[in-house]
Amino acid sequence: MGGYTGKVLRINLTEGKISTEPLNMELAKKYLSGRGLAGKMFFDEVAADVDALSPENTMYIATGVLTGTNAPTSGRFMVVTKSPLNGVIASSNSGGYWGAQLKFAGYDMVILEGKAAKPVYIAITDDKVEIKDAANVWGKDVYATTEALKAEFGDDKAKVLTIGPAGETLSLNAAIMNDLFRAAGRSGVGAVMGSKNLKAIVVRGTGKVVNANPDEMKNVLSAALGKIKENGVTGAGLPTYGTAVLVNIINESGIFPVNNFQESYDANAETVSGETMTANHLIKKDACYRCPIACGRYSKWEGGQGAGPEYEAVWSFGPDCGVHDYDAIHVANDLCNKLGMDSISAGCTIATAMELVQKGYVKPEELEGIPLEFGDAKGMVEWTRKMAYGEGFGAKLAQGSYRLAESYGHPELSMSVKKLDIPAYDPRGIQGHGLQYATSNRGGCHVRGYMVSPEILGLPQKLDKDSLEGKTTWVKIFQDLTAVIDSIGMCLFTSFALGLSDYTAIVNAVTGFNYTDAELLACGDRIYNVERLQNLRIGMTTADDTLPPRLLNDPIPAGPSKGSVHRLPELLPAYYAERGWDAAGVPTAETLKNLGV
Amino acid sequence: MRVTIKLFATFRDGRFKVEEQDLSEGTCVLDVIQPLNIQAEELAICLLNGKDANEHTVLNDGDTLALFPPVGGG
Repeated sequence: MGGYTGKVLRINLTEGKISTEPLNMELAKKYLSGRGLAGKMFFDEVAADVDALSPENTMYIATGVLTGTNAPTSGRFMVVTKSPLNGVIASSNSGGYWGAQLKFAGYDMVILEGKAAKPVYIAITDDKVEIKDAANVWGKDVYATTEALKAEFGDDKAKVLTIGPAGETLSLNAAIMNDLFRAAGRSGVGAVMGSKNLKAIVVRGTGKVVNANPDEMKNVLSAALGKIKENGVTGAGLPTYGTAVLVNIINESGIFPVNNFQESYDANAETVSGETMTANHLIKKDACYRCPIACGRYSKWEGGQGAGPEYEAVWSFGPDCGVHDYDAIHVANDLCNKLGMDSISAGCTIATAMELVQKGYVKPEELEGIPLEFGDAKGMVEWTRKMAYGEGFGAKLAQGSYRLAESYGHPELSMSVKKLDIPAYDPRGIQGHGLQYATSNRGGCHVRGYMVSPEILGLPQKLDKDSLEGKTTWVKIFQDLTAVIDSIGMCLFTSFALGLSDYTAIVNAVTGFNYTDAELLACGDRIYNVERLQNLRIGMTTADDTLPPRLLNDPIPAGPSKGSVHRLPELLPAYYAERGWDAAGVPTAETLKNLGV
Repeated sequence: MRVTIKLFATFRDGRFKVEEQDLSEGTCVLDVIQPLNIQAEELAICLLNGKDANEHTVLNDGDTLALFPPVGGG
């Protein structure tokens, strides 16, 4: 057997107990690893009614079966836990180098239980695992913590995963950061780590991950790398411009949300485009472990330099807040990296707050004289900082856009699904992607079934973005395939170039198993259904599979998609049927039996 | 007729970002890209007034044509 190390590290922070246990291979064959396997273990081990920020919640930091191998982009890992934002199974994906290093240390997964009596961090060097005092880094930002812990560890090859002040203050927008700039960003996972008084995990591994069939792997890798290199998106577009190249594409399609989705076309989009960033801000490209794409950016701005920003952050701190000052967007994005926040939800929460101010629901006296109006770049930056530290009105922002808007009696102004903010594509003008938002198990998320790929980019084939035809089938397949990719440790971006059979070939070469394409895709379906069962057991219903009222009822006011609304009611019943769920969105007994759930 | 042509990403190299062109009636997308030395195979995303089009689509007065090579992200 290759790929898996076969060993899980379990740490109970309440008791200070460190133990290892064998990976359950029976489960692993059905749920792969990463998001799938950890999600299933979470479902079996953690009770439905657990408070996400209590010691009874458990966090699984899970690598993929391919993580640390020579497969392309195989540096990914998943943070799986109960989301404090909405109670679902949070599964936040990150890249960088930390995940591969954990694998080299000999572990498929770290399971974190309980709560430490005082701030601690965990130091791992192969079999040597210690829980150490974090008093000297608690309160410090991600950059300072990473530097201090690397120095204390005494090995420059060690990799650091840490929370920032946002995680310590239990912000529901808090991320977990690794390798300085990479983020397990969404669903508030940083707050769960903070609730456990766990500041960081430093890891250094000296082992290797074995491939079961090295000769077969050579052929499989050669084919996969060739496809990634030849593909226009992964071989040229992403390396040249990074993800922000989407600004102009999405804007010209009329689905680029402006001012908290009040508009969907931005006449000034060019000021924040990927082309503009490449010309004026880019210092160098950045790549994660074994990544031939290198979409990461390292940029400069007036008074600083750092990683990013990605397309989603350019939008969330930019046009969604009415801001077109690239320097300010850079600074806000850097604050998210430094203070440990989800750069999508942080920007979206500020955009929601700006609309609450615009409509007069937030009174000026609450704002300490700091502007919170659409287009005010300085105010946007300062509120980003105050959100991370929970200062003043920033404490309300730290609860995320839904709770913020709800506290003023207007939850409809939160552009979220299941309390998780919708990213940078207005679903009114892209029907399949909107269905995907509404049915994503973790809420408003673009990377649980990236329908932008066929509906806008034409990959693997062009679909009419405004048509409903065939969309339920496409969404289900994309969601299931994404669950597979998320659960093997590769980057979703490879799916612009690779298809299901490529992933099957790589998994089989590494593990020595003999999955068929259908069997591997069924793993994704199984994973999706387990996540759905979690949603149901915490009380979610079909009423939660929806979009904000604005996106269902108010036509896009101007631009190329003028007049569109999302037609969810026409799609949802067919989607449920496609999944083998009943009219209430509950998986039927037959569906679960067929999947072996 | 007047048509606005917008080029993006590498299509801008040695060309332009946006240009208004006077074109004769019946002009199609292919007639626009050929003088720009853009091959039809290079055209990954072709939007006419924000809607999907292709190299054979005929243009009308007042149209905006947006042309992209293969690019994407997420």
